[in-house]
Amino acid sequence: MQLDTAHYDGFMVVTLLEDRLDAAIALDFKDTMRDLTMDAPPRVILDMENVRFLDSSGLGAVIGAMKQLGPKRKLELAGLKPAVEKVFRLTRMDSIFVIHPNLAGALSGEPAANTGQAHAY
Amino acid sequence: MRTEAIAHTSDPKEERVPGNSVELRLVFPCTQSNVRRALASIMSGLGAMNLCDDDSSSIELVLAEVLNNVTEHAYRDEGTGMIELHLKQTEAGLSCRVIDNGEGMPRNTPPQGIAPCPNRPLDQQPEGGFGWFLIRHLTSDLAYMRHANSNVLSFRIEVGQALPRN
Repeated sequence: MQLDTAHYDGFMVVTLLEDRLDAAIALDFKDTMRDLTMDAPPRVILDMENVRFLDSSGLGAVIGAMKQLGPKRKLELAGLKPAVEKVFRLTRMDSIFVIHPNLAGALSGEPAANTGQAHAY
Repeated sequence: MRTEAIAHTSDPKEERVPGNSVELRLVFPCTQSNVRRALASIMSGLGAMNLCDDDSSSIELVLAEVLNNVTEHAYRDEGTGMIELHLKQTEAGLSCRVIDNGEGMPRNTPPQGIAPCPNRPLDQQPEGGFGWFLIRHLTSDLAYMRHANSNVLSFRIEVGQALPRN
């Protein structure tokens, strides 16, 4: 399971470096997210730009990652490829997440001090 | 893993399609990593169908859900059972038949899948059960049969790409 994290003031970015989020790694993904976000700030942005394929197990793991953040924190998604976006849309789970077209868009509302780093993406 | 690609159907009783049709047959031991390999092999084998990205992703998704179900439920993740997959391009899309020797489906009926309920509070959102919803949404003519010790599931995935007509 390859994940990158970046910490900012008030939010963190988790970048998934796998090209598939499927049944083979869904449980591992959810467990890793639990460890990585244990002390997370209120916003956690999951950058899925590298993910080309998502199945229902992967979708369940993303929902699980959101649920384990508890009521005071939120998981936001960025960079959904068409095949990934389709799974969220068909199951109507696109409506339970804030979804940004890409990571730069997700970060654009942040204070100027952070945007320099954000634009590097 | 055994993959056989048959470029053209010669049996006159088979559903005929104009020109060359794609036909694939795969037999492999059912494990999660083999499902990944099988999907890669299938998607490259279907390259000759010139599928658009949307059709291609629907096919990969449906087959992933079906194969994962066999791995997890029929064979209970034991990783020993064999799975046999037949795919055939027809005028109506891609005809699929999946055969395994695992446990039968409860009540001899493929599940309906849960209808997504986005308005439900987050802590009550299910994390599973979407697989059959997606399969049913993206397929037609779904049929299941328990035959001797085998499960036979057949369905069709419609594709937008029309076959060239001569």
